[in-house]
Amino acid sequence: MTQYMISVHHTGGYPEVDPETMQAQFAAVDAFNKEITGAGKWVFGGGLMPRDTATMVDGTGPETVLVDGPYAETKEVLGGFWVIEAENLDEALNWASKASKACAAPVEVRPFQGE
Amino acid sequence: MTVTDAEVDRIVRAEYGRVVATLVRRFGDLDLAEEAAGEALLVAVQNWRRDGLPPNPGGWLVTTAGNRAIDRIRRESVRDARQKEALVLTPEAGDPLGAVDDDRLRLIFMCAHPALAVEARVALTLRLVAGLSMAEIAAAFVTPETTMAQRLTRAKRKIKAARIPFGVPFAHDLPARVSSVAAVIYLVFNQGYFATSGDVPLRGELCDEAIRLARLLRRLLPDEPEVLGLLALLLLTDARRPARFDGDTLVPLAEQDRGRWTRSLIEEGHELVRECLRRQRPGHYQILAAINAVHTDGPTTDWPQVLALYDQLMVVAPSKVVALNRAVALAEVDGPAAALAEVDALDLLPYHAWHATRADLLRRLNRPAEAASAYEAAIALADNPAERDFLGARRAALQKS
Repeated sequence: MTQYMISVHHTGGYPEVDPETMQAQFAAVDAFNKEITGAGKWVFGGGLMPRDTATMVDGTGPETVLVDGPYAETKEVLGGFWVIEAENLDEALNWASKASKACAAPVEVRPFQGE
Repeated sequence: MTVTDAEVDRIVRAEYGRVVATLVRRFGDLDLAEEAAGEALLVAVQNWRRDGLPPNPGGWLVTTAGNRAIDRIRRESVRDARQKEALVLTPEAGDPLGAVDDDRLRLIFMCAHPALAVEARVALTLRLVAGLSMAEIAAAFVTPETTMAQRLTRAKRKIKAARIPFGVPFAHDLPARVSSVAAVIYLVFNQGYFATSGDVPLRGELCDEAIRLARLLRRLLPDEPEVLGLLALLLLTDARRPARFDGDTLVPLAEQDRGRWTRSLIEEGHELVRECLRRQRPGHYQILAAINAVHTDGPTTDWPQVLALYDQLMVVAPSKVVALNRAVALAEVDGPAAALAEVDALDLLPYHAWHATRADLLRRLNRPAEAASAYEAAIALADNPAERDFLGARRAALQKS
């Protein structure tokens, strides 16, 4: 088994949707989470608060420096992610396809480094 | 048994993919498989040219390569590391196509995996399945050998790290994965048939390689109609190869000497198209094959039928390029004015064939000044030297009349 991160990327900030659409999306993501947990492939996951809640921590110098705000001003924002277990990339891609449909956004799939 | 050098090379190349695939399954390591297969082939070429063929050349190669791989594992004393990697590429249990027990098919699906960049899929397939050398692949795509080597190294790293499986896809992924494999083979063929780079207009060895891969795929997946369609398409296109050039200039289909087409390939292609029709599961490659069957049937092309097939293709696989080709057929059925209106609406400015099609239609509509500038735009964008010559000749003829 390999662990993969399925991350949800929004271009140009968080999408603005009406409450009904949002409810439908929550329900879809909930259903996906139930399915992947039931299959025993769920490791961890969650949605993230908007990026203006982020704090940068730079501990590479002698003193740790804290900076308000996200790392870089890019148009793309990480909205949330899942960590899953899968036999191989084909299985991970199948879960990712369902995840993308559920959260109505494209997702990126990356393997974790082996131990 | 005496044997010619050419025959030895042919057998060695034909068996290469099988040897690599068997070693990947046994040892689970792409690099090891490639290295050991390469060594065994070298020994085979030396020995067979001197002593003649062994009773079972394929089996001999697999055994020898297997022994070489084991030697290597011992010699490099990295056994633990190798075996750890080996787990990565172990064939997946529960293949939905259990009956298709061929390691080459697993290898093809792995090399043409859609998670890899298209160029990497083509390079991997040519290297590992078709057994072309890095130098040959680099030359065919007019890419520096170091660039090609990096591309392959990166692809192999991703196969390992992301665990792209050495196996056949899930049943519900199969149609999409078959079209990914078909697209790789079609790209290899087109890179030969319409050489888009370098000075030669045609690289016959790439066409031959693509047809060999398509035949292999057909043997491995005999029930996939798109695989039949792909093979038919390649055969019917390749059949016209002998008539495509007059010296160094391209000859358009309508002006080709049909007597120079390869009859045996056309007959085989037509039979495959009939087989596709019986399956009644039309798809992209089958429709392209059917169009080429119409082109190669009888003394002239039945254009209304070609147009009807392009209409069908626009439903199955719509694209601007398909629409452009449809307009070419429309010009033969409803005349150049109707076709020009459709072509102009497509607005494919960076595509040489769009300009070339416009130029031809404008020429036929007796608008020489506009035709001339369209020919010039097409010549500036065309990558194939024979096509540039052909367009140049058409442009020159315009000035005379």
